[in-house]
Amino acid sequence: MNTTRGFTGRPRVADPGLPPGQYDAGDDWPVLSAEVTPELAPADWTFRVDGLVAEPRTWDWEEAHRLPPSAYEGAIHCVTSWSKFGVRFAGVSLDAFLDVVRPHESATHAVAYSHTGYTASLPLADLTGGRAWIAWECDGRPLAPEHGGPARLVVPHLYFWKSAKWIAGLRILDHDEPGFWEKNGYHERGNPWEEQRYSGD
Amino acid sequence: MTGTFVPPTRFAVPGRIAVSEQAASQWQTATVTEIRRETPRAATFRLAVPGWPGHLPGQHLMVRLTAEDGYAAQRHYSIASAPDDSGHVELTLDHVEGGEVSGWFHTVARPGDRLEVRGPVSGFFAWPGDRPALLVGAGSGVVPLMSMIRHHRARNLTVPLRLLVSARSPEELVYAREFGAETTSVFTRSAPAGTAVGRMAAAHVAPLLAEQPPGGWEAYVCGSNSFAEHASRLLVTAGQPVDRIRIERFG
Ligand SMILES: Cc1cc2nc3c(=O)[nH]c(=O)nc-3n(C[C@H](O)[C@H](O)[C@H](O)COP(=O)(O)OP(=O)(O)OC[C@H]3O[C@@H](n4cnc5c(N)ncnc54)[C@H](O)[C@@H]3O)c2cc1C
Repeated sequence: MNTTRGFTGRPRVADPGLPPGQYDAGDDWPVLSAEVTPELAPADWTFRVDGLVAEPRTWDWEEAHRLPPSAYEGAIHCVTSWSKFGVRFAGVSLDAFLDVVRPHESATHAVAYSHTGYTASLPLADLTGGRAWIAWECDGRPLAPEHGGPARLVVPHLYFWKSAKWIAGLRILDHDEPGFWEKNGYHERGNPWEEQRYSGD
Repeated sequence: MTGTFVPPTRFAVPGRIAVSEQAASQWQTATVTEIRRETPRAATFRLAVPGWPGHLPGQHLMVRLTAEDGYAAQRHYSIASAPDDSGHVELTLDHVEGGEVSGWFHTVARPGDRLEVRGPVSGFFAWPGDRPALLVGAGSGVVPLMSMIRHHRARNLTVPLRLLVSARSPEELVYAREFGAETTSVFTRSAPAGTAVGRMAAAHVAPLLAEQPPGGWEAYVCGSNSFAEHASRLLVTAGQPVDRIRIERFG
């Protein structure tokens, strides 16, 4: 271990909810996005799922809101090393969308893309089974534009760069197609518990 | 399924360079060789990193400090120095009140101390010096932009480069002595006699966008999130295309 002279760190209590290398940001919710925050009205928001599916489909704001509501409450983890606890996201489980389009047997991955053009790649298995959401509310309020409002993807068990803000769609694939940060050196999966920050970790 | 996915809107600036997986994933020992005070709140830390793979202006690295009991803290820091092959990099850190990592740097660190770094990480905010660049920063957000300016000078580049920088006061303007004709400073709290005090505004951005170089500017905006939001909106309003604005938010 390479200890640093005189570094003690902040007094800490072991927190089993905190992945390695993360700290609790408390009430802070830092904003990290590489592009200009878009001005996107709910009326202009759409969400499409296509690619290797039986029935490609696009939902608008109203249609998406008619799907069964689903919420997530828990922690989120950013690769820049902050985590945030007790965040409440409300929207629709991604399963509800996938049940409609029916991915082919051969489907293994998805590219999530934003209305800005931002992309993130994800194994399909990380998006199914009640582990991913399209969310439009946070802590009981409409999701703020700088946090991805009107709607973002939420995949809380992976680093948050996977949870594409201003989500516009998913393209279902039978291979991994690196997204924006994956092409910029980040890990293809991004599991915080295994500290999969950069490719090669 | 064939072909690369094409997003429904123009985007979002692709990365500028491919990042080396090995550099991004390997921790290396860095030794503090020099500490220079820049302003009352900011200091530059020169680090010897013998195995440093090199970087491009604008890139950042990750710092890790480890306590005796194994607790480790890691943070991102932009690289302030221009690329050179001396095996050294420089970081400029703000002293964040109560900050765990910046606090160690500012109150404990001295030459000879060792820490760990990895990187450079991310090829997105990098500027190889190939296109006209309009740099807009505030506070410590000027750090990666300074690396670009230093690179421009060191290589005698002729490609147009402009910096619009905001600081609370002249005393808090990091690298003030190094800025030249490419720089316009904006002061938000106090300014030298005859200079206006106030937030960065359309009037600061307009002249820079009026002198569009052929092919237009590639804009690089860096600072706190609130500054990045404000500055990027000013640029868009002044006509800079959204897909030619790169933003690095310090959180
Ligand atoms: C890409 C990137 C590049 C960056 N480049 C630079 C750079 O060039 N220069 C620079 O100065 N910064 C830079 N930053 C910011 C940097 O990474 C750190 O966030 C900053 O130095 C603060 O870290 P810290 O450990 O000192 O503070 P932290 O310990 O993270 O604290 C930050 C704030 O939160 C409060 N806080 C957090 N947790 C607690 C707690 N448990 N108890 C009490 N208070 C708490 C602190 O009091 C403080 O006000 C960059 C960030 C990014 C993402």
